[in-house]
Amino acid sequence: MPRLKQQLRTTTFLLTLRYMVLFFLSATILMAVINWAIGGYVERRADDAVEVAVRTFGGLYQLGGLKAIAPLITARQAAEDRGDAFYLLADRDYKAVLGNLPTWPDLQATEDGWVAFSFLRDDGETVSARGKVVALQPDGWLLVAREARAFGALEQILERAFVAVLGVTLLLAFSGGLLMSNDVLRRVNSINRAARQIMAGDLSQRMPTTGTRDEFDELSRNLNAMLNQIESLMGSVRHMSDNVAHDLRTPLTRLRNRLETLRAKATDAEIDDIDACLEDADGLLSTFGSLLSIARIESGASDEALGAVDLTAVTRDACELYQALAEEKQIKLNCEVAQGARVLGDRNLIFQALTNLLDNAIKYTPPMGTVTARAQPADDHVLLTVADSGPGIPETRRGQVLERFYRLDESRSAPGAGLGLSLVNAIAQRHKATIQLEDNQPGLRVCLAFPAAQAA
Amino acid sequence: MRILVIEDDHSVAEFACGGLRESGHNVDHADNGKDGLFLATTEEYDALIVDRMLPGVDGLSIIRTLRASENDTPVIILSALGQVDDRVKGLQAGGDDYLTKPFAFSELEARLDALARRSRGGSGAAETQLTVGPLEMDLLRREVKRAGETIELQPRDFQLLEYLMRHAGQVVTRTMLLENVWDYHFDPQTNVIDVHISRLRAKIDKGHEQALIQTVRGAGYKIGA
Repeated sequence: MPRLKQQLRTTTFLLTLRYMVLFFLSATILMAVINWAIGGYVERRADDAVEVAVRTFGGLYQLGGLKAIAPLITARQAAEDRGDAFYLLADRDYKAVLGNLPTWPDLQATEDGWVAFSFLRDDGETVSARGKVVALQPDGWLLVAREARAFGALEQILERAFVAVLGVTLLLAFSGGLLMSNDVLRRVNSINRAARQIMAGDLSQRMPTTGTRDEFDELSRNLNAMLNQIESLMGSVRHMSDNVAHDLRTPLTRLRNRLETLRAKATDAEIDDIDACLEDADGLLSTFGSLLSIARIESGASDEALGAVDLTAVTRDACELYQALAEEKQIKLNCEVAQGARVLGDRNLIFQALTNLLDNAIKYTPPMGTVTARAQPADDHVLLTVADSGPGIPETRRGQVLERFYRLDESRSAPGAGLGLSLVNAIAQRHKATIQLEDNQPGLRVCLAFPAAQAA
Repeated sequence: MRILVIEDDHSVAEFACGGLRESGHNVDHADNGKDGLFLATTEEYDALIVDRMLPGVDGLSIIRTLRASENDTPVIILSALGQVDDRVKGLQAGGDDYLTKPFAFSELEARLDALARRSRGGSGAAETQLTVGPLEMDLLRREVKRAGETIELQPRDFQLLEYLMRHAGQVVTRTMLLENVWDYHFDPQTNVIDVHISRLRAKIDKGHEQALIQTVRGAGYKIGA
C-alpha cells in the first residue's frame, strides 16, 4: 500500500513517533521514582512489624517465660496465611522447637542487630528473609523474620499495570499519528496534485483552499498569489517577445528591400556580400515569423474553429511532400498509416506540425537511415508518430527542447532558430494533444496523442 | 496601384501599409469595418486587403456587400492562424485570395501582383495549352515538351509546372506553391519545396542554355523565357 508507506514517512507521523519515544522515557522515569518511593515505605513498614513482634515476645518472656510466648507463636503462625512472616523458637543448642521454619538457618549479621538468611520452603522455592533474634535466657532463642522483599508482590502488580498502560498509550499514539498524518497528507497531496498539473503546463490551475483560514489555506493562498504573478510575468514576457518580433519586422523588411535595391546596382565583387546580408535578413524574418506563428497559435480561437481532419490523408500527404527530400539525402521514409484516423482540428496546422517533425527527422538522420511517420487510432485517441534513426535527444533535455529558442546544439552552428518543436508543441496544445519525446533506440520518436474525434 | 487596407491590428496595419508605400503603392488605411466599407464603396481601388475580424462590420460582410453591389475589386483576406473555416468562408463570400497572419511582406506583394494581373488580363476561358518560350504544356494530353522534345513528369511535378506556367513572369512564393499544388495553407519554413523545384528544374532546364525556372531571392520562383 503506497498510501500507507507515504503516510509513515510524513512529518506529522514522525513527530508523533518522536513524542511517543519522549513519552515512553518520561513515563519510565516516573515509574522508577514511584517504585523507589513506595518500595522504601513498604520495606520500612515490614521492618517495623518485625521490631514490634520482637518487643512483644521479649516483654512476654520477661513476664511469663516460654509458657507465655508459645501460644502466641502458634496463634501468629495460624494467622499467617500469606507465608511471608517467619517465627522459630529454638533451644539453647539451636534446635527447632516451634515455628514455621523447619530448622535454625545459617544467619548472617547485617546492620544494627538485623540478620539475613535463606531457606528452602516446602514448595521448593528458595526464600531469602531478614529478621531479628531474641535471646530467651536461659531457655533458648527466638527468630522473628519476614521475607526480604516484602515489596516484591506489589512491585509485580505495579509493573504489570505500567506495561498495560504504556502499551495502550503507544497504540493510541500510533493510530493517532496515522489519523493526523492522514488528515495533513490529504491537504498536502491536494496541493501537490495542483502543483503537478501546473508543472504539466496548465498554468491556469490554482491551489485548492478549504475556506477554513488555517495554515494550509494560508499556504495555498500565498502560492496562488505567486502563481498569479508568474502567469502575468510569463504573459508579459511572451507578449514582449511577440511585440518585439512584430515591431522589428517592419524595419527589417525595409532593410531587406533596400539591400535588394542595392544589389541591382552593385558590382560583381559586392554582390556576394550583399547576398550574405540578404540571407541573414531572411533568416531573421523567418525566425520572427515563426515566433509570431507560435504566439498566434497559442492565443488561438476556441474549439469552434476546429473541424474534422483525416489524419491518415494528412500524414500520407506530408510523406509524399518529403519523399523527394528524403531521397536526396538517401534516407528511407516510411509512411505507415491506418485507415480512419480522424481527429478534431485544423488540417493546416497539423500538416505544419508534421512537416516540422519530418524536417527535423530528416535533418538529423544520417544517410542510409530511416524515418517513419505513423498515424494510427488507439482506444480513445489517435497517435501520430514521427521516428528517426538519428542521434536522438538525451532524456534529461527532452522537456527543454519544446521551449522557444532551446537548441541541443550549444554551438548553435546548425541552421534553425530552435523554434520548430516549440511550434509543434503549440499546435499540439491547441489540439489538446499530449506530446511525448521518446527514445527510438536509436533516434528520437515524437508521439502526439490526439483525442479521437467523436463519431458524428 | 491604389490599395485599401482594412485592419484593426495596429502593428499588422503598419507593417502592411509601410511596406506597400515603400514599394510605390498608394495606400489608404481604415481601422474599423464601417470606415473601411465606406472608403471601399466611395473610392476606386485596384485591390483591397481586408482583415477577417474587424470591429463594427466584419471582413466577410464588407466583401459580401461589395460583391452585391457589383464591385469586383480584387480582395485579399487576412486572418488569424488556426481559424479553419475562414478560408472557405472567405472565398465563398467573394474574396480572391487568403493570407494567414503572420505573413511575410514578400508574400503579400507576390499575391497582390498575381491578383492585379489576373483582373487586368481577365480571360476567363479555360486554356488547354500553356506556353513559356520553348516550353509547351498540353493540359488535355498531360504532355510537356521543350523545343519539341517530350519531358516525362510525375503528376505532382506536372501540377507544379502548370502552376508556375499559369503565372509565367510573376513571382510565385513557396507558400503559394504549397497552397495551390499541395493544398495546404501555411508558411513553410523549410526547404522542402526547393527540393521539388530543383527536381523539376533538372528535367526542364538540364542540357539547355537558357534556364526557364529562376529563383527570386527572398520571395520564391518565377518561370519565364
